[in-house]
Amino acid sequence: MALLNEDHSRFKTFSRRAALLGGGKALLFGALAARLYYLQVVEADKYATLAEDNRISLRLLPPPRGRILDRFGQPLAANEQNYKVVLVAEQAKDVERTLDRLAQIIELGAGERARIMTEVRKKRAFVPVTVREYLDWATVSRIEVNAPDLPGISIDVGQTRAYPFGPEMAHVLGYVAAVSESELKAAEDPLLELPGFKIGKNGLEKEYDEKLRGSAGTSTIEVNAVGRTIRELKREEGTPGKDLVLSLDQQLQTYVQQRLSGEKSASVVLLDIATGGVLAMGSVPSFDPNLFNLGISASHWRKLRNDPLHPLINKATAGLYNPGSTYKMMVALAALKAGIDPAETVYCPGHYDLGNARFHCWKNYGHGEMDMHAAIKESCDVYFYDLSRRVGIEKIAAMSRRFALGDKTGIDLPGERGGTIPTKAWKRAQIGEPWQGGETLVSAIGQGFVLTSPLQLAVMTARLASGRAVVPHFRRDLQPRADDGPRAQAVDAAQQVAETRGGPGPGTPAPEPMFAALDIPGADFALIRDAMDAVVNEPGGTAYSKRITRDGWHMAGKTGTSQVRRITMAERRQGVIDNEDLPWRRRDHGLYVAYAPVNAPRYAVAVVVEHGGGGSKSAAPIGRDVLAEAQRLDPLANDSPEQVADAPPIRRG
Amino acid sequence: MSLAGFNRNPELSLGQKFLQVNWGLILLIAILAAIGCVMLYSAADGSMQPWARRHAIRFAGGLVVLLIVAMFDVRFWFRWAYPIYLVGVLLLVAVEVLGEVVMGAQRWIQIGPLTLQPSEVMKVAIVLALARIFHGISEEEIVRPTKLIGPLVLVALPTVLVLKQPDLGTSLILIMVSGVLFFAAGVRLWKFGVVAALGTGAVPVAWQFLHDYQKQRVLTFLNPESDPLGAGYHILQSKIALGAGGIFGKGLLEGSQSHLNFLPEKQTDFIFTMLAEEFGLIGGVALLVLYAIVILYGFAIALRARNQFGRLLAIGLTANLFLYVFINIAMVMGLIPVVGVPLPLVSYGGSAMLAIMISFGLVISVYVHRDVRIPRRGLGEED
Repeated sequence: MALLNEDHSRFKTFSRRAALLGGGKALLFGALAARLYYLQVVEADKYATLAEDNRISLRLLPPPRGRILDRFGQPLAANEQNYKVVLVAEQAKDVERTLDRLAQIIELGAGERARIMTEVRKKRAFVPVTVREYLDWATVSRIEVNAPDLPGISIDVGQTRAYPFGPEMAHVLGYVAAVSESELKAAEDPLLELPGFKIGKNGLEKEYDEKLRGSAGTSTIEVNAVGRTIRELKREEGTPGKDLVLSLDQQLQTYVQQRLSGEKSASVVLLDIATGGVLAMGSVPSFDPNLFNLGISASHWRKLRNDPLHPLINKATAGLYNPGSTYKMMVALAALKAGIDPAETVYCPGHYDLGNARFHCWKNYGHGEMDMHAAIKESCDVYFYDLSRRVGIEKIAAMSRRFALGDKTGIDLPGERGGTIPTKAWKRAQIGEPWQGGETLVSAIGQGFVLTSPLQLAVMTARLASGRAVVPHFRRDLQPRADDGPRAQAVDAAQQVAETRGGPGPGTPAPEPMFAALDIPGADFALIRDAMDAVVNEPGGTAYSKRITRDGWHMAGKTGTSQVRRITMAERRQGVIDNEDLPWRRRDHGLYVAYAPVNAPRYAVAVVVEHGGGGSKSAAPIGRDVLAEAQRLDPLANDSPEQVADAPPIRRG
Repeated sequence: MSLAGFNRNPELSLGQKFLQVNWGLILLIAILAAIGCVMLYSAADGSMQPWARRHAIRFAGGLVVLLIVAMFDVRFWFRWAYPIYLVGVLLLVAVEVLGEVVMGAQRWIQIGPLTLQPSEVMKVAIVLALARIFHGISEEEIVRPTKLIGPLVLVALPTVLVLKQPDLGTSLILIMVSGVLFFAAGVRLWKFGVVAALGTGAVPVAWQFLHDYQKQRVLTFLNPESDPLGAGYHILQSKIALGAGGIFGKGLLEGSQSHLNFLPEKQTDFIFTMLAEEFGLIGGVALLVLYAIVILYGFAIALRARNQFGRLLAIGLTANLFLYVFINIAMVMGLIPVVGVPLPLVSYGGSAMLAIMISFGLVISVYVHRDVRIPRRGLGEED
């Protein structure tokens, strides 16, 4: 009984305490449930977002870069497959051993190995590390064959820019290279932040970079805690870069560059007069743009930069020269506009006196009586000294401007330079001195302050030949890629383009001229063209020996010589030294401008041979050959000029 | 005697005992273990290997052990309470001597093919020993502080040994379970106040004795967002998983946090997070309710028992279960610091499963032998 009573009171205490315990436990469980409610209902959105952030990762898909094609669809810049060896550390159980084995196939220097090992350690085990890029096919096959002995090694295919014509197109196409720090800061396109992404750094690659680049696609992927890709959730393909079709003709360009290869430093511009399209633009010496792609070595880069012949500069647009006698047409047109009679003659005794100064004609004993036609044909300096005195520098400059001289033509190629057409105001502003009368004389024969680029001279010639305000350009078309598969790019695109872009067939109405007519009387143009015809095709013309003899291919032109040194009185007394006897650096620049065919001009050319001696001897033969080649390659050489205004690409079709 | 009506014959045959087993409770346990299997299946990305299958097998084995334990008379456990406690202490000493170092702490010993975690044994043994000692202390005696020396020694010995391993979490659980038993046995409330005050005062001293990783865990708990990729990473990711689960959850195998490995230890300590990510608030609360019912069963059994030993045993073991559940879930929700405590019956782990099944076996034994009376001064006198 005592036991029971005692136990009963103990039980009462126990029950009371148990009830308290139970209450406490219920309270704590309640707290857990409340916390769960807080996390899963109140804060659910916040954590759901965080969970998505954890799991979702966005990756950029670089679009294939658009190709650059010539007018017939020949690829000038394309994307090539770049085979590289990559190493995935987690698949290679022993990275060192795998590299040992790989070293038996490709040479691996100690430095290279150290770099690979550092990268392997730095990156997560499933991230591929690039061992070597730009493998040739033989090496690729040897690695593939030995794959079982090379755990973790695989071949990855990337894309790299390739310029099949190398140095022949370097100045026109430019090149692509890695994005620089400053470009990265200025850029809005996230593509530029992709490691290894390359953008156009020069030439057309730079000018049309954004169009060629296309826009990035995105791949939304699910990643796990260590960043490994689990699966792709969504994929939005980017837009591949557009193909850029040029007015350039690869065959002509190759020809021009080869024709120039005999010269130390020279340039040529060949224009389609009707469209202003650049058919060829040559500049020597050149460089291989493919080098920039693969990563040019510092020493090679220095060599290119410090080369006195400036291989990196496109002399056709960025080279500035005194136009020499090729400028005389401007002076003549300015005189005609001023009402001077072209039949009026000037006697040339071989020199012209202005005050105390004596200005020499290139021909020591003089040309005798000269009218305008004869003065252009024989390039008499004295006639133009006299003319310029009467017309004045301002009118000559105004006429020059109408022929696109002394200013950037606005061609779609970076790096163009403007040059100078001097006026009195210009000299006061730039040099701070008043204009001297003699400077008008010097300018009239394209010396002194007058500076033009070969491109400007070509445009001038095209305008003289057509009477229209021709503007030069490279771009013919930008078109979406027909196929962006890397293999398809290798396929000759000429067919595709030929099919999609049929030219105007026979019977198509003649297209409207593309450019406005210059407000210059036709009679004035006729006189100048006649004179330029005579320069080449009449005996006694300065380029008579360089004429094209084939019927219908005749060209008209004008030679020029740009003096680099000053000829002293002493030298004149003893006889001017022949160019051949001078060191190369002190020889004259040879210039030549021309168009062809004479009766229906389609091609305009400008040639500058640095230190080539007289224009007639050095530049004119090149101009002749280029114009002949252009006409030889012209698919519609025998058709009327109206029908070939925009040369249709059917030559190789 | 009028008492005869109370005093039904407590001596039952094995068959009768078997019928007395609380099958409802066993069903609840089985449901919890089944939930464990489902979550382990999910943790392995939809595979029975490597966890779900073994979990089921262990549960089946544990069920046999449970029934065997339940069939033994509560007086048997009363007699063996101290020896079992002694074995537990010896095992803790053994772990100190020949234990294997795992993650900077000695916690395991190898006995043949068995990897034993003595601290798990101790969590049951201490309840047995304290129930036994408090059974012998009368209502009047319990107010005398000298009578509390024995129980305090029983608590102190294993707690110090576990702390030496070092295993802060388990030693705290031992103290808390003991506290529950002290409380249920009727120790005056002001004494708890004194101990709590002393304990608070000892915190700065104890801090000096904590290992760096333990300090780090406490600091991380205090501000988990401070270092999202460092020590606070697990808790932050766990909270993200819970929050992202929302009310209805993402569905089985759909938890991105769990399956993309943002969640650590998802088969053991963080299994509740995974459950709540995949089954949402509804799943989480349902699990809590299941545990609450099991605990309620424990209380009912305790209140139904006619001997103080049985009552204390049932209440103590139930408290044990409660502490496991509470600490685990509170930890993954960022309410308390990270302590390595599994979720009973759901988390993967052999020792914990065995300990919990033995505990339930003891609770059911108390139920089966609920009418057995045990004299306060022990069974010896009756004999």
